[in-house]
Amino acid sequence: MRELMLGNAAVARGLYEAGCSVVSSYPGTPSTEITEECAKYDEIYCEWAPNEKVAVEVAFGASVGGKRSFAAMKHVGLNVAADPLFTLSYTGVTGGLVIAVADDAAMHSSQNEQDSRNYAKSSKIPMLEPSDSAEALAFTKLAFELSEQFDTPVLLKMCTRVSHSQSVVETAERVVPEAKPYVKNIQKYVMLPANARGRHPIVEQRTLDLVDFAEKSEINRIEMGGTEIGIITASTSYQYVKEVFGDEVSVLKLGMAWPMPVQKIKDFAAKVDRLIVVEELDPFIEEHVRQLGLEVEGKSIFSLLGEFSQNLVAEKMGKKVECGKCLEDAIPGRPPVMCPGCPHRGIFYILKKNKCNVLGDIGCYTLGAAAPLAAMDTTLCMGASVSGLHGFNKAMGAEGEQHSVAVIGDSTFMHSGMTGLANIAYNQSNSTVLILDNSITGMTGHQQNPTTGYNIKGEPAGKVDLEALCRALGIERVKVVDPYNLKECDQVLKEELAAEEPSVIISRRPCVLLKSVKLQPALHVNADKCIGCKACMRIGCPSISFRDGKAVIDHTTCVGCGVCQQMCPKDAIERP
Amino acid sequence: MKKTTNIMIVGVGGQGTLLASKTLGKLLVAEGYDVKVSEVHGMSQRGGSVVTYVRFGEKVYAPIIDKGEADFIVSFEKLEAARWLEYLKPEGQLITNLQETDPMPVITGAMKYPENLIEKMEALGVKIDAIDALALAEEAGTSKAVNLVLMGRLSKYFDMSEEAWMAAIEACVPAKFLELNKKAFALGRA
Repeated sequence: MRELMLGNAAVARGLYEAGCSVVSSYPGTPSTEITEECAKYDEIYCEWAPNEKVAVEVAFGASVGGKRSFAAMKHVGLNVAADPLFTLSYTGVTGGLVIAVADDAAMHSSQNEQDSRNYAKSSKIPMLEPSDSAEALAFTKLAFELSEQFDTPVLLKMCTRVSHSQSVVETAERVVPEAKPYVKNIQKYVMLPANARGRHPIVEQRTLDLVDFAEKSEINRIEMGGTEIGIITASTSYQYVKEVFGDEVSVLKLGMAWPMPVQKIKDFAAKVDRLIVVEELDPFIEEHVRQLGLEVEGKSIFSLLGEFSQNLVAEKMGKKVECGKCLEDAIPGRPPVMCPGCPHRGIFYILKKNKCNVLGDIGCYTLGAAAPLAAMDTTLCMGASVSGLHGFNKAMGAEGEQHSVAVIGDSTFMHSGMTGLANIAYNQSNSTVLILDNSITGMTGHQQNPTTGYNIKGEPAGKVDLEALCRALGIERVKVVDPYNLKECDQVLKEELAAEEPSVIISRRPCVLLKSVKLQPALHVNADKCIGCKACMRIGCPSISFRDGKAVIDHTTCVGCGVCQQMCPKDAIERP
Repeated sequence: MKKTTNIMIVGVGGQGTLLASKTLGKLLVAEGYDVKVSEVHGMSQRGGSVVTYVRFGEKVYAPIIDKGEADFIVSFEKLEAARWLEYLKPEGQLITNLQETDPMPVITGAMKYPENLIEKMEALGVKIDAIDALALAEEAGTSKAVNLVLMGRLSKYFDMSEEAWMAAIEACVPAKFLELNKKAFALGRA
């Protein structure tokens, strides 16, 4: 059937058609919808794992068990899964194993813009790189075939514009390969040094065999056009090149990011006068081409930073580009903000009020760093708030311990905050850790996690008790507060900062965007009582604006959380 | 080769721009076009400035629309229309909701919401179709139907049949909100 499909949904469709049986992932933009779409196929067992390392290890186990398996993650998630990844390269697979990794050039929703192709090269694992939804579907299926043919995990490299663009695909039926019987194979699967030494030469030979595949495969295709310029490109960069040049130039489109062909590139180079590589982020293809002894341009023309576009490619290649008209007015930016009624808002206001040093983490609550709250001092990676706070306090002593907190969400805590908390309990710093439990993985669009009590399909599942977990890790002071109650939050925060032992404060209230949350009617400002002091605006709620000297609440977006009411010295904010 | 048509849908995260682009994509595929729809999920959806690119024609390569390329910009909010104006072709059509939503720099007092944006854009020679989509959505029954009001207005610029639009809406909107959304679409198209 011909249909318009999101790149991520096309990967899920590819998993379905390829007869994939087990999927385990951790959500991360822009990869999340792959697994969400997958969960809609009843034929596939699908789950959210607590982190990417667990997900890849689950996929490994399923592969050893003889079934086709899969894990998806964002680029920084592959860092977390890098440990199993590098040795998976040695063990190889039984059932086909594919790992999707989605890069985020331009950092639409990420903390760095690392180029995942480097992982393929350093872990010696083949990587396919689709440029639209049709290829996302086809390459997913091909990845399983390659995985089984070459006895290797296969990486599928997505990026924001492939993951989050819809384009037309043709769907097909699901074909499930026969499950392979489990056979114990110590030499292949127990990576003791002696066995690993036996596997390494197999890996090196495999890469040579895959180069041979790359030479012959049609996913690395030459589209001859004008021969003055020859462009080697991949992924969305291919689309921009075709948009700008059509058949004006010749193109070698690489569908396989690693390993790359040698002869095919040399043959292409011989046919064109000037060879240019167009690729986002690192000069990955360019360095390979240069290593072949060919004269090539790439990053001398195109940036190492951000995403490309058709205008960018045109301009860099010396074509004229015409922009539209624009106003002279300074247009105020519109950065993302915490939603009206967000349970994180009150906590960050209290942290700011108490002048806390805040070691932050990855999630919606990272927005606590934005004005007007600006209540965050660091954000590094998943879990770094908790472990970072311990180090900060060891460096600063009592001065740090009495004024500093870690802030981490429920899902991020399960992902990699627990080990940091064990370290605090074990190595004894008087650290205060705030777990913002909004009962869901928020930023990536509401995924269940081990603390919510539901699985990926929304069915009842096992539930980790956060309070019991913190106590079991060795923290005796565990308090729970309601972030809509500013007074309570303020009081408990002061107590726990002063306490001479480590403590955890769980700020518990579900995300207001959850369908299960009953919203309150919008509040309104009594203009007769409002003195225009703007105290209510200090919490940075997007529903509150200032018009003609008075605060005004937008009735279409206010959810009646009442945090602003607690700010008002004149009780001017009223419930209907 | 037949030319590609470029439509940008811009607004504030949470306004329902994704449903609008989904409906549009469904319609265009049913009409037999090659279509690409590109959107950004994740952090920017939290009340930030959001954009969706819809491109259709015989063969579409790039998933995004660049500056000076948009045939249409449909804006869910006035300031967003001004922000993305540079993307409109000189002869392009701007359709904008008159709604104003203050962004954080305005809320914190660091900046002012620019005044007379419609007049200033008209003075530049921009073709503008301004509409109070919020009022029409509320007339249809919910402020959340702003997206369908604006799709209704956009539909006036295309020759696809009303039935084709309705079929696309039916495919994208949950059954219990269907009547309400159809009404919003009709009010926008009127």
